[in-house]
Amino acid sequence: MVRTYFLLLWTWTRAAAAYPASFVLMTVLGFVTAALDVAVILVIFANTTALAGFSREEVLLLYGAAGLSFTVCDTFVSNLDRISQHIKAGTLDTVLIRPVSAWIQLAADRFNATRVGRILQAALVLGYAISALGIDWRRAWMIPVMVLTGIVIFSALWTMAGAVQFLLTDAPEVVSAFTYGSHQLNQYPLSIYARDLVRGVTYVLPLAYVNWQPGLYVLGRDDPFGTPEFMRFLGPAAALVLALLAALAWRQGIRHYRSTGS
Amino acid sequence: MIELDRAGRSFKVKRSVVHAVRDLSFTVSAGEFVGYLGPNGAGKSTTIKMLCGILTPTAGKVRVAGLDPSRRRTTLARHIGVVFGQRTTLWWDLPLVDSFELIRHLYKVDRATFRSRLDELTGTLDLAGFLRTPVRQLSLGQRMRGDLAAALLHAPDVLVLDEPTIGLDVVSKASIRDFLRRVNSERGTTVLLTTHDLGDIERLCRRVMLIDHGHLAFDGTLDDLMATAPDQSSIEDVVTRLYTGTATT
Repeated sequence: MVRTYFLLLWTWTRAAAAYPASFVLMTVLGFVTAALDVAVILVIFANTTALAGFSREEVLLLYGAAGLSFTVCDTFVSNLDRISQHIKAGTLDTVLIRPVSAWIQLAADRFNATRVGRILQAALVLGYAISALGIDWRRAWMIPVMVLTGIVIFSALWTMAGAVQFLLTDAPEVVSAFTYGSHQLNQYPLSIYARDLVRGVTYVLPLAYVNWQPGLYVLGRDDPFGTPEFMRFLGPAAALVLALLAALAWRQGIRHYRSTGS
Repeated sequence: MIELDRAGRSFKVKRSVVHAVRDLSFTVSAGEFVGYLGPNGAGKSTTIKMLCGILTPTAGKVRVAGLDPSRRRTTLARHIGVVFGQRTTLWWDLPLVDSFELIRHLYKVDRATFRSRLDELTGTLDLAGFLRTPVRQLSLGQRMRGDLAAALLHAPDVLVLDEPTIGLDVVSKASIRDFLRRVNSERGTTVLLTTHDLGDIERLCRRVMLIDHGHLAFDGTLDDLMATAPDQSSIEDVVTRLYTGTATT
Protein backbone atom coordinates (compact mmCIF):
# COMPACT_ATOMS: atom_id res chain seq x y z
CA MET A 1 0.00 0.00 0.00
CA VAL A 2 2.64 2.51 1.13
CA ARG A 3 5.02 1.26 -1.55
CA THR A 4 2.37 1.67 -4.22
CA TYR A 5 1.70 5.18 -3.01
CA PHE A 6 5.34 6.22 -3.24
CA LEU A 7 5.65 4.56 -6.60
CA LEU A 8 2.76 6.69 -7.81
CA LEU A 9 4.38 9.81 -6.36
CA TRP A 10 7.55 9.00 -8.23
CA THR A 11 5.59 8.43 -11.43
CA TRP A 12 3.82 11.78 -11.18
CA THR A 13 7.06 13.54 -10.36
CA ARG A 14 8.63 12.19 -13.51
CA ALA A 15 5.54 13.18 -15.45
CA ALA A 16 5.81 16.73 -14.05
CA ALA A 17 9.48 16.81 -15.00
CA ALA A 18 8.34 16.47 -18.60
CA TYR A 19 7.64 20.21 -18.29
CA PRO A 20 10.89 21.44 -16.67
CA ALA A 21 10.31 25.20 -16.86
CA SER A 22 7.02 24.97 -15.00
CA PHE A 23 8.61 22.60 -12.48
CA VAL A 24 11.37 25.10 -11.57
CA LEU A 25 8.99 28.04 -11.45
CA MET A 26 6.60 26.23 -9.13
CA THR A 27 9.42 25.30 -6.74
CA VAL A 28 10.58 28.90 -6.47
CA LEU A 29 7.02 30.19 -6.02
CA GLY A 30 6.37 27.58 -3.33
CA PHE A 31 9.27 28.91 -1.27
CA VAL A 32 8.30 32.55 -1.78
CA THR A 33 4.68 32.11 -0.66
CA ALA A 34 5.76 30.09 2.39
CA ALA A 35 8.27 32.77 3.39
CA LEU A 36 5.60 35.46 3.06
CA ASP A 37 3.42 33.57 5.55
CA VAL A 38 6.13 33.78 8.22
CA ALA A 39 6.83 37.37 7.32
CA VAL A 40 3.25 38.25 8.22
CA ILE A 41 3.74 36.91 11.74
CA LEU A 42 7.05 38.74 12.11
CA VAL A 43 5.43 41.97 10.92
CA ILE A 44 2.69 41.60 13.54
CA PHE A 45 5.30 41.18 16.28
CA ALA A 46 7.34 44.08 15.02
CA ASN A 47 4.39 46.19 16.15
CA THR A 48 3.41 44.36 19.30
CA THR A 49 5.11 42.08 21.83
CA ALA A 50 2.21 39.77 22.50
CA LEU A 51 -0.74 38.42 20.55
CA ALA A 52 -3.75 37.60 22.73
CA GLY A 53 -1.34 36.96 25.59
CA PHE A 54 1.06 34.81 23.59
CA SER A 55 4.68 35.75 22.90
CA ARG A 56 6.24 35.70 19.47
CA GLU A 57 7.93 32.32 20.03
CA GLU A 58 4.75 30.80 21.43
CA VAL A 59 2.79 31.91 18.37
CA LEU A 60 5.51 30.52 16.13
CA LEU A 61 5.26 27.19 17.95
CA LEU A 62 1.52 27.00 17.29
CA TYR A 63 2.05 28.20 13.74
CA GLY A 64 4.87 25.75 13.07
CA ALA A 65 3.03 22.74 14.49
CA ALA A 66 -0.16 23.37 12.51
CA GLY A 67 1.90 24.40 9.50
CA LEU A 68 3.87 21.16 9.54
CA SER A 69 0.72 19.02 9.72
CA PHE A 70 -0.95 21.08 7.07
CA THR A 71 1.89 21.21 4.55
CA VAL A 72 2.45 17.46 4.87
CA CYS A 73 -1.21 16.89 3.99
CA ASP A 74 -1.23 19.61 1.37
CA THR A 75 1.66 17.85 -0.33
CA PHE A 76 0.65 14.22 0.08
CA VAL A 77 -3.14 14.13 0.39
CA SER A 78 -4.64 17.38 -0.92
CA ASN A 79 -4.88 16.14 -4.49
CA LEU A 80 -8.07 14.43 -3.31
CA ASP A 81 -9.84 17.76 -3.68
CA ARG A 82 -9.37 17.61 -7.43
CA ILE A 83 -11.72 14.67 -7.63
CA SER A 84 -14.55 16.70 -9.17
CA GLN A 85 -12.33 17.34 -12.20
CA HIS A 86 -11.94 13.59 -12.60
CA ILE A 87 -15.66 13.08 -12.17
CA LYS A 88 -16.48 15.66 -14.82
CA ALA A 89 -13.84 14.45 -17.27
CA GLY A 90 -14.80 10.82 -16.71
CA THR A 91 -11.21 9.94 -15.82
CA LEU A 92 -12.29 8.59 -12.45
CA ASP A 93 -13.39 5.46 -14.34
CA THR A 94 -9.78 4.66 -15.16
CA VAL A 95 -8.83 5.03 -11.48
CA LEU A 96 -11.58 2.65 -10.42
CA ILE A 97 -10.49 -0.21 -12.69
CA ARG A 98 -7.13 -0.57 -10.91
CA PRO A 99 -6.55 -3.08 -8.12
CA VAL A 100 -5.43 -0.28 -5.79
CA SER A 101 -7.62 1.82 -3.52
CA ALA A 102 -8.98 4.88 -5.28
CA TRP A 103 -8.01 6.97 -2.25
CA ILE A 104 -4.33 6.07 -2.65
CA GLN A 105 -4.38 6.74 -6.37
CA LEU A 106 -6.18 10.07 -6.05
CA ALA A 107 -4.09 11.29 -3.12
CA ALA A 108 -1.02 10.72 -5.27
CA ASP A 109 -2.68 12.11 -8.38
CA ARG A 110 -0.49 14.71 -10.10
CA PHE A 111 1.71 14.83 -7.02
CA ASN A 112 3.57 18.10 -6.95
CA ALA A 113 7.07 17.67 -5.53
CA THR A 114 7.52 21.44 -5.46
CA ARG A 115 5.35 21.65 -2.35
CA VAL A 116 7.95 19.78 -0.31
CA GLY A 117 9.78 23.07 0.28
CA ARG A 118 6.88 24.34 2.35
CA ILE A 119 7.09 21.35 4.69
CA LEU A 120 10.71 22.25 5.28
CA GLN A 121 9.79 25.85 5.99
CA ALA A 122 7.14 24.85 8.56
CA ALA A 123 9.58 22.42 10.19
CA LEU A 124 12.17 25.18 10.49
CA VAL A 125 9.70 27.52 12.17
CA LEU A 126 8.66 24.79 14.60
CA GLY A 127 12.30 23.89 15.31
CA TYR A 128 13.17 27.51 15.95
CA ALA A 129 10.22 27.98 18.33
CA ILE A 130 11.07 24.82 20.28
CA SER A 131 14.69 25.81 20.83
CA ALA A 132 13.88 29.48 21.55
CA LEU A 133 11.25 28.56 24.14
CA GLY A 134 13.42 25.94 25.85
CA ILE A 135 10.47 23.53 26.11
CA ASP A 136 10.50 21.26 29.14
CA TRP A 137 11.38 17.78 27.84
CA ARG A 138 8.66 16.27 30.04
CA ARG A 139 6.13 18.14 27.96
CA ALA A 140 7.96 17.94 24.62
CA TRP A 141 6.61 14.42 23.89
CA MET A 142 3.35 16.06 23.02
CA ILE A 143 4.91 17.84 20.01
CA PRO A 144 5.16 14.78 17.70
CA VAL A 145 1.75 13.60 18.95
CA MET A 146 0.36 17.03 18.10
CA VAL A 147 1.82 17.03 14.59
CA LEU A 148 0.57 13.49 13.90
CA THR A 149 -2.88 14.35 15.24
CA GLY A 150 -2.91 17.36 12.94
CA ILE A 151 -1.93 15.23 9.95
CA VAL A 152 -4.79 12.82 10.64
CA ILE A 153 -7.29 15.66 11.12
CA PHE A 154 -6.30 17.49 7.94
CA SER A 155 -6.20 14.23 5.94
CA ALA A 156 -9.69 13.42 7.19
CA LEU A 157 -10.89 16.88 6.18
CA TRP A 158 -9.47 16.45 2.69
CA THR A 159 -11.00 12.99 2.41
CA MET A 160 -14.37 14.45 3.35
CA ALA A 161 -13.80 17.31 0.91
CA GLY A 162 -13.22 14.69 -1.78
CA ALA A 163 -16.23 12.60 -0.75
CA VAL A 164 -18.54 15.62 -0.82
CA GLN A 165 -17.58 16.29 -4.41
CA PHE A 166 -19.40 13.14 -5.51
CA LEU A 167 -22.52 15.12 -4.63
CA LEU A 168 -21.35 18.65 -5.38
CA THR A 169 -19.48 18.19 -8.64
CA ASP A 170 -20.25 21.76 -9.60
CA ALA A 171 -18.75 23.51 -6.61
CA PRO A 172 -15.37 22.06 -5.70
CA GLU A 173 -14.27 25.43 -4.26
CA VAL A 174 -16.84 25.19 -1.47
CA VAL A 175 -14.82 22.48 0.23
CA SER A 176 -11.62 24.53 0.15
CA ALA A 177 -13.18 26.71 2.82
CA PHE A 178 -12.87 23.75 5.17
CA THR A 179 -9.38 22.57 4.21
CA TYR A 180 -7.46 25.77 3.52
CA GLY A 181 -9.80 27.74 5.77
CA SER A 182 -9.03 25.44 8.69
CA HIS A 183 -5.37 26.03 8.21
CA GLN A 184 -5.80 29.80 8.18
CA LEU A 185 -7.68 29.52 11.43
CA ASN A 186 -4.95 27.46 13.07
CA GLN A 187 -2.13 29.83 12.21
CA TYR A 188 -2.82 31.99 15.26
CA PRO A 189 -3.68 31.27 18.90
CA LEU A 190 -7.39 30.52 19.05
CA SER A 191 -7.71 33.07 21.87
CA ILE A 192 -7.79 35.84 19.24
CA TYR A 193 -11.15 34.49 18.03
CA ALA A 194 -14.66 34.79 19.42
CA ARG A 195 -15.69 32.29 22.09
CA ASP A 196 -18.45 30.74 19.97
CA LEU A 197 -16.13 30.03 17.07
CA VAL A 198 -13.66 28.36 19.41
CA ARG A 199 -16.49 26.27 20.89
CA GLY A 200 -17.38 25.19 17.37
CA VAL A 201 -13.85 24.04 16.54
CA THR A 202 -13.53 22.31 19.90
CA TYR A 203 -16.78 20.37 20.06
CA VAL A 204 -18.00 20.10 16.46
CA LEU A 205 -15.18 20.25 13.92
CA PRO A 206 -12.16 19.28 16.04
CA LEU A 207 -9.70 21.84 14.70
CA ALA A 208 -8.74 22.96 18.19
CA TYR A 209 -6.86 19.66 18.57
CA VAL A 210 -4.55 20.31 15.63
CA ASN A 211 -2.35 22.66 17.65
CA TRP A 212 -4.32 24.68 20.21
CA GLN A 213 -5.22 22.20 22.94
CA PRO A 214 -2.00 20.11 22.74
CA GLY A 215 -0.02 23.33 22.20
CA LEU A 216 -1.33 24.73 25.49
CA TYR A 217 -0.01 21.62 27.20
CA VAL A 218 3.41 21.94 25.56
CA LEU A 219 3.58 25.59 26.62
CA GLY A 220 2.33 24.71 30.13
CA ARG A 221 -0.47 27.25 29.96
CA ASP A 222 -4.09 27.34 31.01
CA ASP A 223 -6.74 27.76 28.37
CA PRO A 224 -7.91 31.41 28.28
CA PHE A 225 -11.37 29.97 27.60
CA GLY A 226 -11.13 27.84 30.74
CA THR A 227 -11.47 24.32 29.29
CA PRO A 228 -10.36 21.61 31.75
CA GLU A 229 -6.85 20.18 31.66
CA PHE A 230 -7.85 16.72 30.35
CA MET A 231 -8.95 18.20 27.04
CA ARG A 232 -5.29 18.81 26.14
CA PHE A 233 -5.02 15.03 25.60
CA LEU A 234 -8.17 14.42 23.56
CA GLY A 235 -6.50 15.16 20.21
CA PRO A 236 -5.77 11.58 19.09
CA ALA A 237 -9.28 10.43 20.01
CA ALA A 238 -10.88 13.35 18.18
CA ALA A 239 -8.67 12.70 15.14
CA LEU A 240 -9.62 9.03 15.14
CA VAL A 241 -13.34 9.77 15.23
CA LEU A 242 -12.99 12.29 12.41
CA ALA A 243 -10.93 9.79 10.37
CA LEU A 244 -13.62 7.12 10.79
CA LEU A 245 -16.31 9.54 9.68
CA ALA A 246 -14.17 10.52 6.70
CA ALA A 247 -13.64 6.88 5.70
CA LEU A 248 -17.37 6.31 5.87
CA ALA A 249 -18.09 9.40 3.78
CA TRP A 250 -15.49 8.33 1.22
CA ARG A 251 -17.03 4.88 0.88
CA GLN A 252 -20.47 6.35 0.41
CA GLY A 253 -19.09 8.80 -2.15
CA ILE A 254 -17.54 6.04 -4.25
CA ARG A 255 -20.69 3.94 -4.08
CA HIS A 256 -22.75 6.88 -5.28
CA TYR A 257 -20.45 7.69 -8.15
CA ARG A 258 -22.51 8.18 -11.31
CA SER A 259 -19.80 8.23 -13.96
CA THR A 260 -20.35 10.07 -17.23
CA GLY A 261 -22.01 9.04 -20.45
CA SER A 262 -19.73 7.71 -23.14
CA MET B 1 -17.82 -15.84 -15.87
CA ILE B 2 -20.26 -12.94 -16.08
CA GLU B 3 -23.70 -13.16 -14.54
CA LEU B 4 -26.39 -10.52 -14.37
CA ASP B 5 -29.60 -11.28 -12.57
CA ARG B 6 -32.33 -8.68 -13.03
CA ALA B 7 -29.69 -5.99 -12.70
CA GLY B 8 -30.69 -2.36 -12.94
CA ARG B 9 -29.17 1.03 -12.62
CA SER B 10 -31.22 4.19 -12.38
CA PHE B 11 -30.13 7.79 -12.10
CA LYS B 12 -32.00 10.66 -10.54
CA VAL B 13 -32.01 13.52 -12.99
CA LYS B 14 -33.77 16.68 -11.88
CA ARG B 15 -36.45 14.96 -9.81
CA SER B 16 -37.23 12.30 -12.40
CA VAL B 17 -35.68 8.86 -12.46
CA VAL B 18 -33.94 7.54 -15.56
CA HIS B 19 -33.45 3.81 -15.83
CA ALA B 20 -30.24 3.39 -17.81
CA VAL B 21 -30.41 -0.36 -17.35
CA ARG B 22 -33.48 -2.20 -16.19
CA ASP B 23 -34.14 -5.80 -15.34
CA LEU B 24 -31.14 -7.04 -17.29
CA SER B 25 -30.26 -10.73 -17.04
CA PHE B 26 -27.67 -12.67 -19.00
CA THR B 27 -24.81 -15.07 -18.50
CA VAL B 28 -21.52 -15.21 -20.33
CA SER B 29 -19.49 -18.41 -19.91
CA ALA B 30 -15.72 -18.64 -19.80
CA GLY B 31 -14.09 -18.44 -23.23
CA GLU B 32 -17.00 -16.78 -25.02
CA PHE B 33 -16.58 -13.83 -27.37
CA VAL B 34 -19.66 -11.68 -27.06
CA GLY B 35 -20.61 -8.56 -28.96
CA TYR B 36 -22.73 -6.13 -27.01
CA LEU B 37 -24.72 -3.86 -29.27
CA GLY B 38 -27.15 -1.06 -28.75
CA PRO B 39 -27.96 2.44 -29.95
CA ASN B 40 -26.43 5.43 -28.17
CA GLY B 41 -27.83 5.76 -24.67
CA ALA B 42 -29.17 2.21 -24.60
CA GLY B 43 -27.21 1.29 -21.49
CA LYS B 44 -24.10 -0.39 -22.90
CA SER B 45 -21.56 1.68 -21.02
CA THR B 46 -23.65 1.54 -17.87
CA THR B 47 -23.63 -2.26 -18.07
CA ILE B 48 -19.87 -2.31 -18.60
CA LYS B 49 -19.32 0.03 -15.68
CA MET B 50 -21.40 -2.22 -13.45
CA LEU B 51 -19.28 -5.18 -14.55
CA CYS B 52 -16.08 -3.38 -13.51
CA GLY B 53 -17.52 -2.14 -10.22
CA ILE B 54 -17.37 1.51 -11.26
CA LEU B 55 -21.13 1.84 -10.89
CA THR B 56 -23.10 0.21 -8.12
CA PRO B 57 -26.29 -1.41 -9.44
CA THR B 58 -29.49 0.00 -7.95
CA ALA B 59 -31.31 -3.29 -8.43
CA GLY B 60 -30.57 -6.96 -8.96
CA LYS B 61 -27.31 -8.85 -8.82
CA VAL B 62 -24.08 -8.72 -10.79
CA ARG B 63 -21.30 -11.32 -10.58
CA VAL B 64 -18.03 -11.30 -12.47
CA ALA B 65 -15.47 -14.05 -11.91
CA GLY B 66 -17.56 -15.05 -8.90
CA LEU B 67 -17.27 -11.60 -7.26
CA ASP B 68 -19.71 -8.77 -6.63
CA PRO B 69 -17.97 -6.00 -8.60
CA SER B 70 -19.11 -2.99 -6.59
CA ARG B 71 -18.17 -4.54 -3.26
CA ARG B 72 -14.97 -6.31 -4.32
CA ARG B 73 -13.82 -3.84 -6.94
CA THR B 74 -10.08 -3.89 -6.26
CA THR B 75 -10.00 -7.70 -5.97
CA LEU B 76 -11.93 -8.08 -9.19
CA ALA B 77 -9.53 -5.69 -10.93
CA ARG B 78 -6.90 -8.44 -10.93
CA HIS B 79 -9.22 -10.75 -12.90
CA ILE B 80 -10.57 -8.27 -15.39
CA GLY B 81 -9.00 -6.15 -18.09
CA VAL B 82 -10.81 -3.03 -19.23
CA VAL B 83 -10.28 -0.86 -22.29
CA PHE B 84 -12.18 2.36 -22.87
CA GLY B 85 -11.91 3.38 -26.50
CA GLN B 86 -12.72 6.98 -25.64
CA ARG B 87 -10.13 7.50 -22.96
CA THR B 88 -6.78 6.07 -22.19
CA THR B 89 -5.77 4.36 -18.97
CA LEU B 90 -2.12 5.12 -19.68
CA TRP B 91 -0.03 7.87 -18.09
CA TRP B 92 -0.15 10.73 -20.56
CA ASP B 93 3.29 12.28 -20.08
CA LEU B 94 5.31 9.10 -19.60
CA PRO B 95 6.82 6.76 -22.17
CA LEU B 96 4.51 3.85 -22.91
CA VAL B 97 6.84 1.33 -21.31
CA ASP B 98 6.78 3.29 -18.02
CA SER B 99 3.01 2.90 -17.84
CA PHE B 100 3.48 -0.83 -18.32
CA GLU B 101 6.11 -0.92 -15.60
CA LEU B 102 3.78 0.91 -13.22
CA ILE B 103 0.93 -1.45 -14.08
CA ARG B 104 3.26 -4.34 -13.28
CA HIS B 105 3.59 -2.93 -9.75
CA LEU B 106 -0.08 -2.07 -9.34
CA TYR B 107 -1.13 -5.59 -10.32
CA LYS B 108 1.82 -7.24 -8.55
CA VAL B 109 3.01 -9.17 -11.59
CA ASP B 110 6.43 -10.67 -10.97
CA ARG B 111 9.28 -9.43 -13.13
CA ALA B 112 9.93 -12.59 -15.17
CA THR B 113 6.26 -13.14 -16.02
CA PHE B 114 5.94 -9.47 -16.89
CA ARG B 115 8.95 -9.62 -19.22
CA SER B 116 7.67 -12.59 -21.15
CA ARG B 117 4.15 -11.17 -21.42
CA LEU B 118 5.42 -7.79 -22.52
CA ASP B 119 7.68 -9.38 -25.13
CA GLU B 120 4.76 -11.38 -26.45
CA LEU B 121 2.42 -8.37 -26.52
CA THR B 122 5.11 -6.19 -28.10
CA GLY B 123 5.36 -8.76 -30.86
CA THR B 124 1.66 -9.35 -31.50
CA LEU B 125 0.66 -5.69 -31.18
CA ASP B 126 3.78 -4.39 -32.91
CA LEU B 127 4.66 -1.96 -30.10
CA ALA B 128 8.45 -2.02 -30.48
CA GLY B 129 8.60 1.18 -32.51
CA PHE B 130 7.03 3.41 -29.87
CA LEU B 131 7.61 1.76 -26.47
CA ARG B 132 9.80 4.69 -25.43
CA THR B 133 7.53 7.42 -26.82
CA PRO B 134 5.44 9.47 -24.35
CA VAL B 135 1.80 8.45 -24.62
CA ARG B 136 0.65 11.96 -25.55
CA GLN B 137 2.73 11.74 -28.75
CA LEU B 138 1.22 8.45 -29.94
CA SER B 139 -1.28 8.23 -32.76
CA LEU B 140 -4.74 6.98 -31.82
CA GLY B 141 -4.02 3.56 -33.34
CA GLN B 142 -0.74 3.23 -31.44
CA ARG B 143 -2.35 4.40 -28.22
CA MET B 144 -5.15 1.89 -28.55
CA ARG B 145 -2.65 -0.93 -29.02
CA GLY B 146 -0.83 0.37 -25.95
CA ASP B 147 -4.10 0.39 -24.00
CA LEU B 148 -4.84 -3.18 -25.06
CA ALA B 149 -1.43 -4.34 -23.94
CA ALA B 150 -1.91 -2.50 -20.62
CA ALA B 151 -5.22 -4.29 -20.07
CA LEU B 152 -3.67 -7.71 -20.67
CA LEU B 153 -0.38 -7.49 -18.77
CA HIS B 154 -1.94 -9.11 -15.73
CA ALA B 155 -3.46 -11.89 -17.88
CA PRO B 156 -7.10 -11.27 -16.87
CA ASP B 157 -9.77 -13.97 -17.24
CA VAL B 158 -12.20 -11.43 -18.67
CA LEU B 159 -11.52 -8.64 -21.12
CA VAL B 160 -14.11 -5.90 -21.37
CA LEU B 161 -13.83 -3.50 -24.27
CA ASP B 162 -15.89 -0.35 -24.64
CA GLU B 163 -15.68 0.72 -28.30
CA PRO B 164 -12.05 -0.30 -28.84
CA THR B 165 -12.06 0.47 -32.56
CA ILE B 166 -13.64 3.92 -32.38
CA GLY B 167 -11.90 6.41 -34.63
CA LEU B 168 -9.39 3.94 -36.05
CA ASP B 169 -8.47 3.52 -39.70
CA VAL B 170 -9.15 0.24 -41.52
CA VAL B 171 -5.62 -1.07 -41.08
CA SER B 172 -5.54 -0.38 -37.32
CA LYS B 173 -9.00 -1.88 -36.96
CA ALA B 174 -7.91 -5.03 -38.74
CA SER B 175 -4.84 -5.46 -36.54
CA ILE B 176 -6.85 -4.93 -33.36
CA ARG B 177 -9.51 -7.42 -34.45
CA ASP B 178 -6.85 -9.93 -35.34
CA PHE B 179 -5.27 -9.48 -31.95
CA LEU B 180 -8.55 -9.84 -30.06
CA ARG B 181 -9.38 -13.03 -31.91
CA ARG B 182 -6.03 -14.48 -30.90
CA VAL B 183 -6.40 -13.46 -27.26
CA ASN B 184 -9.74 -15.22 -27.15
CA SER B 185 -8.74 -18.38 -28.98
CA GLU B 186 -5.20 -18.85 -27.70
CA ARG B 187 -5.54 -17.74 -24.09
CA GLY B 188 -9.22 -18.56 -23.71
CA THR B 189 -9.89 -15.07 -22.36
CA THR B 190 -13.58 -14.25 -22.16
CA VAL B 191 -14.24 -11.12 -24.20
CA LEU B 192 -17.18 -8.74 -24.02
CA LEU B 193 -17.07 -5.99 -26.61
CA THR B 194 -19.29 -3.00 -27.23
CA THR B 195 -19.05 -1.30 -30.56
CA HIS B 196 -20.91 0.68 -33.17
CA ASP B 197 -18.79 -0.88 -35.89
CA LEU B 198 -20.72 -3.86 -37.18
CA GLY B 199 -17.58 -5.08 -38.90
CA ASP B 200 -16.23 -5.87 -35.42
CA ILE B 201 -19.30 -7.94 -34.73
CA GLU B 202 -19.27 -9.80 -38.06
CA ARG B 203 -15.61 -10.68 -37.86
CA LEU B 204 -15.27 -11.43 -34.16
CA CYS B 205 -18.38 -12.32 -32.26
CA ARG B 206 -19.94 -15.73 -32.15
CA ARG B 207 -22.64 -14.41 -29.87
CA VAL B 208 -24.43 -11.08 -30.02
CA MET B 209 -26.45 -9.36 -27.35
CA LEU B 210 -28.46 -6.29 -28.21
CA ILE B 211 -29.65 -3.86 -25.59
CA ASP B 212 -32.25 -1.17 -26.10
CA HIS B 213 -33.79 1.16 -23.52
CA GLY B 214 -31.97 -0.78 -20.83
CA HIS B 215 -33.54 -4.11 -21.85
CA LEU B 216 -32.02 -7.07 -23.61
CA ALA B 217 -33.69 -6.99 -27.04
CA PHE B 218 -31.76 -9.86 -28.59
CA ASP B 219 -29.40 -12.57 -27.41
CA GLY B 220 -28.14 -15.29 -29.74
CA THR B 221 -25.56 -16.29 -32.30
CA LEU B 222 -24.62 -14.09 -35.20
CA ASP B 223 -26.60 -16.42 -37.49
CA ASP B 224 -29.67 -16.08 -35.28
CA LEU B 225 -29.27 -12.34 -35.50
CA MET B 226 -29.13 -12.40 -39.29
CA ALA B 227 -32.19 -14.65 -39.35
CA THR B 228 -34.35 -12.00 -37.70
CA ALA B 229 -34.49 -10.17 -41.03
CA PRO B 230 -35.36 -11.28 -44.59
CA ASP B 231 -32.62 -13.07 -46.52
CA GLN B 232 -29.93 -11.02 -48.22
CA SER B 233 -30.18 -8.25 -45.60
CA SER B 234 -26.84 -6.80 -44.63
CA ILE B 235 -25.90 -6.74 -40.97
CA GLU B 236 -26.51 -2.99 -41.04
CA ASP B 237 -30.11 -3.60 -42.15
CA VAL B 238 -30.61 -6.28 -39.51
CA VAL B 239 -29.36 -4.09 -36.70
CA THR B 240 -31.23 -1.02 -37.94
CA ARG B 241 -34.45 -3.05 -37.87
CA LEU B 242 -33.77 -4.10 -34.29
CA TYR B 243 -32.77 -0.58 -33.15
CA THR B 244 -35.82 1.04 -34.68
CA GLY B 245 -38.15 -1.70 -33.52
CA THR B 246 -39.47 -2.54 -37.00
CA ALA B 247 -38.41 -6.15 -36.56
CA THR B 248 -40.85 -7.00 -33.81
CA THR B 249 -43.33 -9.47 -35.24
